Amino acid sequence: MNVGAAGGIRVVLAEDGILLREGLLGVLSRFGFDVVAAVGDAEELVAVVAEHTPDLVVTDIRMPPGFQDEGLRAAVAMRRVRPDLPVVVLSQYVQDEYAAALLDSGDGRSVGYLLKDRVADVRDFVAALRTVAAGGTVVDPDVIRRLLQRPNDPLATLSGREREVLSLVAEGHSNSAIAARLYVTEAAVGKHVGNILAKLNLPPAEDTNRRVLAVLAYLRA
Amino acid sequence: MPTPEAPLRALLNRRYLASAGPWRALVYVLTTLPIAAPVSAAMAVLVLPWLAALSRLVDGDLPTRNVFVLMTVSLLLFTGFGPLAAVPLAMIERGRLALIDPRPLPSAHAPAPQDPVRWVRTRYAETATWRELLYAAFLGLVVPAVYGTYALLVLLDVAFVLSPFFASSGTATWTFGVFTVRSATEALPFAVLGVLLAPVLGYLFGLIGAGQAGVARALLGDRTGVALREVARSRARLVDAFDLERRRIERDLHDGAQHRLTSLTLHLGMARLDVPEDSPAAGPLGQAHEQAKELMVVLRDLIYGIRPQELTDLGLPAALRELAGRSPLPVAVTVADGVPRPSEQIEGTAYLAASEALANVVKHSGATRADILLARAGDVLVVEVRDDGGGGADPERGTGLTGLADRVAAVGGRLLVSSPAGGPTLLRVELPWRSPGLVLPAATAPGRA
Repeated sequence: MNVGAAGGIRVVLAEDGILLREGLLGVLSRFGFDVVAAVGDAEELVAVVAEHTPDLVVTDIRMPPGFQDEGLRAAVAMRRVRPDLPVVVLSQYVQDEYAAALLDSGDGRSVGYLLKDRVADVRDFVAALRTVAAGGTVVDPDVIRRLLQRPNDPLATLSGREREVLSLVAEGHSNSAIAARLYVTEAAVGKHVGNILAKLNLPPAEDTNRRVLAVLAYLRA
Repeated sequence: MPTPEAPLRALLNRRYLASAGPWRALVYVLTTLPIAAPVSAAMAVLVLPWLAALSRLVDGDLPTRNVFVLMTVSLLLFTGFGPLAAVPLAMIERGRLALIDPRPLPSAHAPAPQDPVRWVRTRYAETATWRELLYAAFLGLVVPAVYGTYALLVLLDVAFVLSPFFASSGTATWTFGVFTVRSATEALPFAVLGVLLAPVLGYLFGLIGAGQAGVARALLGDRTGVALREVARSRARLVDAFDLERRRIERDLHDGAQHRLTSLTLHLGMARLDVPEDSPAAGPLGQAHEQAKELMVVLRDLIYGIRPQELTDLGLPAALRELAGRSPLPVAVTVADGVPRPSEQIEGTAYLAASEALANVVKHSGATRADILLARAGDVLVVEVRDDGGGGADPERGTGLTGLADRVAAVGGRLLVSSPAGGPTLLRVELPWRSPGLVLPAATAPGRA
């Protein structure tokens, strides 16, 4: 699996809206992803994934025949069989429970939950796909914001800057990336992360992905 | 305005004689006369052979053949043509009942076809018609007898009261039963009795009016609640149609406009990648891209407002948590164990109620937090929204709560509000597990278990 460049990442795409499917195909091929199959419903999705064993699955949540959460259920089912299968689900709206169902599948690695709106910011979207294909976790910033807004949370004890850092951690960014975004030193970010994990009673860990998972697991609880 | 009272209840009022009651009764009884007179005449003709037969039976004889034929003919006339007169008569009487009884009296008749033959067939097959015929018989036979008796009593009382004047004129002697009055002095007790009896007669008059009105209500009204049930059903149908329409709009927007807009935005994003930063097209293209993205948010909120997809997909608990998450206030959602999914209509109404209540809390209560409780009590779905605000919510003011109460009532539920000044406010919505309306055609596949 070639992670550094998109070339060679074999993708299966599931999206029932023809216009959006064509648009996504355009984006993926432009950035060098190799789309091995593009399908319009969840059953086909499961079939082509079994056939092609792709490096990444990108799927809509709401698909035929029921137009409910077929795509998500297919994703969760496939990850039960193959827990390291990278899956990015696209949702039309923020839904914590959808994100939670997905993050609970497999060991929580190689999953992404993105709002369809993110697709419009082409570069960010592609970057998120690469992160997930490389085994990372990406949760839409809107979902993170909503989780942080929840009442009666010990999260209320976090400072504004710590919340900011937590959001970025949850989105899957490394300490250096966060430092660059917030115009602070990496050491300062490390200190914030340490404070956050301490305040939330989470064991500190080096690995970015595990930090995300730890935070999300806490948020879901 | 006091609530409309039944005539009989009005009689029990201590101030009955000073109220409008006696006057209502008077108008009602006086207007009965021109209606009862022809009915009574017709009834008398029809009853005559039966009276003849009865008198013969009392004498120990069987009715003659002629009398028997007449009896049969009168019975056939009564049952054959009676309904044709009884139905319009009942219409008049239902309208006239308003003179004494302010409570409306809906007809028990089902809507009938315009075609005369089918109209007659429908009417003859209805119980309501035969109850109306019974009322016609009551009006023709019982009413004249009662009115006559009462008239005699009134005459007697007038005679009592006036007896001293006549006695003093010395022109005649008066005999009341075993008493004979020869002078004004002897007549005095009768006069006193007459005066004392006057209010009793007043009450008796009221009683006659109320009795007649009661019979009319019992025989001419919609005892089985057909009309009301029809109203309830049509209201539920309207709500159903409204819900269906909402879902259609939501789907059209979601499957059509939202998809196209997402695709458009994606293409604009792609185009931006190809247009150099310093190109004259870069600025407008960037603006178009940003505006398209903002429009996506607007459209998503719009669709959310129509009917949140979570409600259809994941049910009430998830949708309520989502609702709480969107609220600017901290809102805790508590879902009791073992609440299965109710029907779509009930689910939609419960969600709407919680959403409306929460919007009210944010807008008016000044609360710092709110709680939503979802539970099932027997066959009732309960949604409670509490806040720690200033209270004083009043359904009489503002259309929010009234509209909500209407909406809840339309599916057979009820809305309870406790909101003392100073707070806190508790709004409780109780909905029947099954809605009274039609079963909606399944718009989507059944949700997850």
